[in-house]
Amino acid sequence: MNWFDDWGITLTVFIPIVGAIIVLLIPKGEEETIKGVALLTSLVTLGFAIGLMAEFDYDDTAKLQFDVNTSWIDVINSRYHVAIDGISLPLVLLSALIIVLCIVYSWNHFPEPHNPKALLALMLVLETGMIGTFVAQDLILFFIFFEVVLLPMYFMIGVWGGKNREYASIKFFLFTLFGSALMLLSFLAVYFSSKDPLTGQHTFDIVTLSTAGVLDVSKTAAVVMFGGMFLGFGIKVPMFPFHTWLPDAHTEAPTVGSVILAAVLLKLGTYGFIRVALPILPEGAQEWAPYIGLLAVIGIIYGALNCLAQKDVKRLIAFSSVAHMGFVMLGIATLTSAGINAAVFGMVAHGLITGLLFFIAGSMQERYHTREMSRLGGLLISAPKMGWILGFTAMASLGLPGLAGFWGEFPAILAAYEPLSVLSEETFRTYMVIAAVGTVLAAAYLLVMYQRVAMGEVPEEFKDEHIHDVHGPEWIAWAPMLILILALGVFPKLLFGITDDAVKHVTDGIATALNATSK
Amino acid sequence: MAHWAFLIPLVPAATYFVILLFGKRFGERCSYIGIGALGASWVMAAINAYQWIDRREIVRESVEWAQWGSGSIRVGTHVDGLATMMLVVVTSVSLLVHIYSLEYLRGDRRYTHYYAALSLFSASMLMLVIADNTLALLTSWELVGLCSFMLISHWWEDKDNSNAGLKAFITNRVGDVGLIVGIIILYFVAGKTFDIDTINSAALSGTIRHGTLLIAACCLLAAVCSKSGQVPLHIWLPDAMAGPTPVSALIHAATMVVAGVYMVARLYGVFFAGFSIGDGGMNLLALVGGVTMVIGASMAFVQNDIKRVLAYSTISQLGYMVAALGVGAWTGGVFHLFTHAFFKACLFLGAGSLSHACHHTFDMREMGGLRKKMPTTFLTFTIGTLALAGVPPLAGFWSKDEILNGARANDFPIIMVLGFVAAIMTAAYMGRALYLIFFGEYRGHAHPHESPKVMMVPVTILAGLAVVVGLLNAPFADYRFGQWVKFEVEVENLYGAEGAVAEGEAAAAAEGEHAAEGAAAAAEGEHAAEGEAGAEGEAAAEAEGEHAAEGEHVIVHSIAEIKELAPGETVLFEPEEHKFNIGVAGSSVAIGLVGLLIATWIYLLRKAPKNLLLVNPFRALHTLLVQKYYLDKLAVDGIAKGTAGPVADGSYWVNQKIIDGAVNGVGVTTKKYLAPFAYEQLDQFVVDGLYNGLGETTKGLGGAFRKLQNGRIQRYGLWLFFAVAILALVVALLA
Repeated sequence: MNWFDDWGITLTVFIPIVGAIIVLLIPKGEEETIKGVALLTSLVTLGFAIGLMAEFDYDDTAKLQFDVNTSWIDVINSRYHVAIDGISLPLVLLSALIIVLCIVYSWNHFPEPHNPKALLALMLVLETGMIGTFVAQDLILFFIFFEVVLLPMYFMIGVWGGKNREYASIKFFLFTLFGSALMLLSFLAVYFSSKDPLTGQHTFDIVTLSTAGVLDVSKTAAVVMFGGMFLGFGIKVPMFPFHTWLPDAHTEAPTVGSVILAAVLLKLGTYGFIRVALPILPEGAQEWAPYIGLLAVIGIIYGALNCLAQKDVKRLIAFSSVAHMGFVMLGIATLTSAGINAAVFGMVAHGLITGLLFFIAGSMQERYHTREMSRLGGLLISAPKMGWILGFTAMASLGLPGLAGFWGEFPAILAAYEPLSVLSEETFRTYMVIAAVGTVLAAAYLLVMYQRVAMGEVPEEFKDEHIHDVHGPEWIAWAPMLILILALGVFPKLLFGITDDAVKHVTDGIATALNATSK
Repeated sequence: MAHWAFLIPLVPAATYFVILLFGKRFGERCSYIGIGALGASWVMAAINAYQWIDRREIVRESVEWAQWGSGSIRVGTHVDGLATMMLVVVTSVSLLVHIYSLEYLRGDRRYTHYYAALSLFSASMLMLVIADNTLALLTSWELVGLCSFMLISHWWEDKDNSNAGLKAFITNRVGDVGLIVGIIILYFVAGKTFDIDTINSAALSGTIRHGTLLIAACCLLAAVCSKSGQVPLHIWLPDAMAGPTPVSALIHAATMVVAGVYMVARLYGVFFAGFSIGDGGMNLLALVGGVTMVIGASMAFVQNDIKRVLAYSTISQLGYMVAALGVGAWTGGVFHLFTHAFFKACLFLGAGSLSHACHHTFDMREMGGLRKKMPTTFLTFTIGTLALAGVPPLAGFWSKDEILNGARANDFPIIMVLGFVAAIMTAAYMGRALYLIFFGEYRGHAHPHESPKVMMVPVTILAGLAVVVGLLNAPFADYRFGQWVKFEVEVENLYGAEGAVAEGEAAAAAEGEHAAEGAAAAAEGEHAAEGEAGAEGEAAAEAEGEHAAEGEHVIVHSIAEIKELAPGETVLFEPEEHKFNIGVAGSSVAIGLVGLLIATWIYLLRKAPKNLLLVNPFRALHTLLVQKYYLDKLAVDGIAKGTAGPVADGSYWVNQKIIDGAVNGVGVTTKKYLAPFAYEQLDQFVVDGLYNGLGETTKGLGGAFRKLQNGRIQRYGLWLFFAVAILALVVALLA
């Protein structure tokens, strides 16, 4: 399987875009062919991702595997460097899986204005961008992939979105672009301050930059550079107070758009922190960590409170993302292996759980033509299976132990008790308590939502309407998510076993750089 | 059997999925799957108990569950006397409730879901009692809470029921915050472990700063309050009666609500040392329990719904258990848990039988005179009542006596007085219920008849148990219960040890910062961490058997005794057991009879002045009790509705008007003032060409996309990138 070692990642990344091009070449009328090609492409991509998983060496998850490093843009020393370790692997798999599920889900009901050709092409382009970001080991390459996702998502919201799509899509675009710009600035600053010990030149290589001594900057400079990255990644996460694009984008986006956005796109930000910002600028991370932690816990409480004020199901789920990503960011801010392990777990769990919630919200809207909670009710009577799935997912979302969400939340709270030794214990213990209180609010908003939507009698206006229970494509799209949520919840080692060493490699690096004792 | 203890919860867990997925196919027959599973669990629990009585060696098994950084998180089973006893209680009551429900729930619209939820509950509860670490405890703790929610809101068409379910779940979540924080604190201070034995041992050995331990214990107490209905987090329990009655018997009387008590008993090292229980003087645990027993009992007086009477009674009895543990009467508390499970389940199922007969009403005002129409129910209910009131030789007498005696012996006079007050109230409100239901004239409109056998057999069995189980710890039975079920943990004296030798868990910590911290701590007069010898691998060695342990170690009953030992000496800690005391027993019987007499005088003989409740202070007191001390109002209308209403709306207002307002403001300003400038001066000449190119490409997609805002986005994008390029250039020049 030598060729796979060299080509595995590259093929996983670029097959979708090839598929997208093929889709564009097929005449618009031949919808079945278009859908077939798109699904096949996504399945092949998933196959390759699974191949990566199968060939992955689990004894050394900290090592970058399937490493490909060839010259690319020599002028700026940017190289085509892709590889995966235990942190990337789960996210690559998640991305590949989600796209397949989204294509299956939209099989028979594409959102208005229909046009499956364009929508499927966009989804495949998105896939390349997402997977590419998770495998890139060069800052320029990373940046390009990071930005590739921007336009397809913008079009998805702007074309297939709801009533207020224009505002939402522009807001999404400008917000993210603004962050990206500052992030790029930081990348360039890092580049110009670096010196590759081998070549003596500047470098964009993430691995090299993460090595001690390659980047020679004052603490102030590190803090400023980290600030740029913080904005770029933090807006994507999104962290309070840069989150306001998210509810609008989610509310307006078509179902698959929301799912992809929640399941994968938000993770680009948190992944960026773990892969790029922390290892390259540990000193900056140390100074920023208390503030990141603060914004994270504000996000947890604030997101939850906003959820309680929502009347629209989808908007509620969107705000819950703000709260959940707060836990992820809190874990990252502790700079400990427990915290970052929790963060990676939280990313995957949130992807599955919130993705599924958006799927269900979309299916409900399709059936009821409304998302107003005050008008809904009795889902357990009209469509009992969907009602149960919603209940299950809500429980997972509120962090019930035994389901995936718990393992993102609890270790993050735990890690805050004892952050990296250079950080203030008092500060983080305060965060710990606030975050723990957030779990009460999570239970409140999810259960109130569930009570309004699923319990009670069927409202008058839907009494005579036939509400179809979960149908074929929905089952196919949802079953893998349901199974994974349960499996990861019961056997968390499935994921921790992969991430732990890789995360430890990152945190050991940070600890060494900061002269702190690693925990 | 003990090595295979994980099978006991696994069987009903598997049943849950079977019933959930294939329930429709089985229809009503799915109940037999549930009963079969519980029967199997019961047999295994019984075999385990039988073996335990011979063996009395703690058996532990575990596997790796999760890992992060330095720690491998294991999950496993821990079978000791306490777990063995709980296994028997849970499987017995659950099995009887399963059978009882065959008839009680017949024809229910969600019959299969009901049995599925019962199975899941049994599995979670059984997992809870054999959990060997706090994380597994937390998991099953939340799962039983989930089942409780599912079953309380079983008839969710009615909003009152789903409200009750939500109230239960959310109130419990409040307590869970304490549980989570407490577990996390203990994880770190015990040397990064969730292992319960290690934590207990560390807490008693003096390796943990007392202040920290106190905080951890207080956090855990919050969880006890919510789960076990202690004031002020008891508010959900009476509402939980909205669920089907067998559920109330199983979950909200016999098993789940005692989880909090069970946790205190399981983590007793933490509570004992944290609350300084052995040192005399009042502590929070005893106080919460003491207050709860009186407050709970008082509210039971004004209820008309029989289930609510029993619910408040449960709160009050749980208060006894917590208070018992608070005063150091470990055996008394656990024994009361044991006896209470049977007689309270008997009473609840009896209440179910009454409602089954009386048109599904629980209102005692619509009952009366039922003793002739429902003789079996009457007899069993009376036995349950007398057991609860503490009439010898029934179960409640022995366990309650042990608690009161413990309070006396350990010098907690206030708790003893509160206990006596609650005892008199208990007898009185139960007498009231008994007379209202079974004596006088029938006041309802149904045609009451005795319930069928399938319901009455379980009730009768429970009544029989309510008679006999108390004898297990009677003086003439040699206090067998206390010998079978005891709290014991190996403890090493590390109080005042300077630079104590680190071994066990601490060895791992020594690699890291802990060594440094430990040394510093020791210098400050604190104590370096030391792990218990009996970590997973050495569990077998530790469990060499009681005889070996007794042969090797002295048994101590208090921290003071541990401190007196030579530094580093290992002993076995066991809380003191309080044997029968004729004085206390006599007083409590007398007091119980007084209570019954008062009830007889008022409710049977109707001798009390008619207008008593119309005059102050009785009227004020009555209002206070009917309003539940206004605690519900405070929690629901004040805190919950306040948060979901004004606070949530306020934060959404901030989000929309202030944060988003700022964002939009920036957008509008840019568009209005900055953009025209840029547009007129630069855009037309420089950028337009590029933009047009992009626009063409977009159109090139076969008109797939709607015309987008005249390509504004592309233009913004280009602008930003130009800006970045310029900035980057500046940085490059400066770098």
